[in-house]
Amino acid sequence: MKLYNGGKIITGLVIFLCVFLAPFAYNAGKAAYSQPKVQLPKDEKECIESKEYMRTNHMKLLNQWRDWALRDGKRVYVNSKGKSFEISLQNTCMKCHPNKAEFCDKCHNDAAVSPYCWDCHYQPDGGLKK
Amino acid sequence: MNQTRRNFLKFLGLAAAGVCTATAGRALAVSVGAKAEPEAGPQALSAKRWGMVIDTKKVGTKEAIDVLAKACHSVHNVPDIPGNQNIKWIWAAGFEQAFDQPNDFLDEDVKKRQFPLLCNHCSNPPCVRACPTQATFKRPDGIVAMDYHRCIGCRFCMAACPFGARSFNFMDPRKHIDPAAVNKEFPTRMRGVVEKCTFCVERLAKGKQPACVEASNGAVAFGDLADANSEVRKLLREHYTIRRKPSLGTEPSVYYII
Repeated sequence: MKLYNGGKIITGLVIFLCVFLAPFAYNAGKAAYSQPKVQLPKDEKECIESKEYMRTNHMKLLNQWRDWALRDGKRVYVNSKGKSFEISLQNTCMKCHPNKAEFCDKCHNDAAVSPYCWDCHYQPDGGLKK
Repeated sequence: MNQTRRNFLKFLGLAAAGVCTATAGRALAVSVGAKAEPEAGPQALSAKRWGMVIDTKKVGTKEAIDVLAKACHSVHNVPDIPGNQNIKWIWAAGFEQAFDQPNDFLDEDVKKRQFPLLCNHCSNPPCVRACPTQATFKRPDGIVAMDYHRCIGCRFCMAACPFGARSFNFMDPRKHIDPAAVNKEFPTRMRGVVEKCTFCVERLAKGKQPACVEASNGAVAFGDLADANSEVRKLLREHYTIRRKPSLGTEPSVYYII
């Protein structure tokens, strides 16, 4: 079997492989990704829903909360265990999680998302910062 | 066993079904707890049509109206911006400006009087029709509410409102809010959204009267216009009242005792 233009093809393949594998080589030897350690509330053990549910769905829940409170005028949330909470980011969530930098930002930075909540909502520990 | 096409397809079908049930199961497991429903809450005040009656004989001066404005603006983190880009939810103006009924021979008292102006929470709100994103909308209880999350800052509502009740945030309002005086229970706004009086929906939900009503010492009454026995209807029965620009047909819910 004869490979036409073999030299060029093989050089090309080698260059492609080098570029393709460069990120792996760059990260070789570095510690594996670990989930950030967020600051949990000291005096409250349970969030409004389970930890797993909040981790995967807090953004959907906050969107629902926004619409329920503002558009439907329903400002009391009854969770799956029958407990009631005021529907409010500032007055319910941030009462237990007052420090945005130590709680929200930790995961948001890792996931490269920048929600605009704090353009308007107040952070108990950070004041009027965004 | 011979590997036939028939057997192979059977196996493929079973495997696909298995994968589907596993994913569905996981999704179901996560969504447990999402069944919760919101409620209005036990203290929430409700009405068919909220309305306000302002006794302008009692709050007829700039100073008296400033007390109402201060109460409102401090509760809602409304900034005080020098120049023509200020934000106002409630403010004072003279008779002609307020009511569009020029009168050369007005009595001295009314001529000098100042009138507290705010969003009229019209029954037929032109701002709601103009809003392309439904960021401003009419609630079933008559309040014309704002959802700042949706506001794109097009200012159609400002052009549509005949009462000048809306203010635009030309700049980040937080620069003009005193960090020490901020109400931590209520959000601020951001640059590029329109804001106005909301009849204190957040306070009504907790069973409280609007901030200006509380600060007015009885000069401003708030209640259900649809309820014939309410305090506002009683005042409307006993006094002659006018509304701003009734000829435009927007049906304001704010009445002025002259």
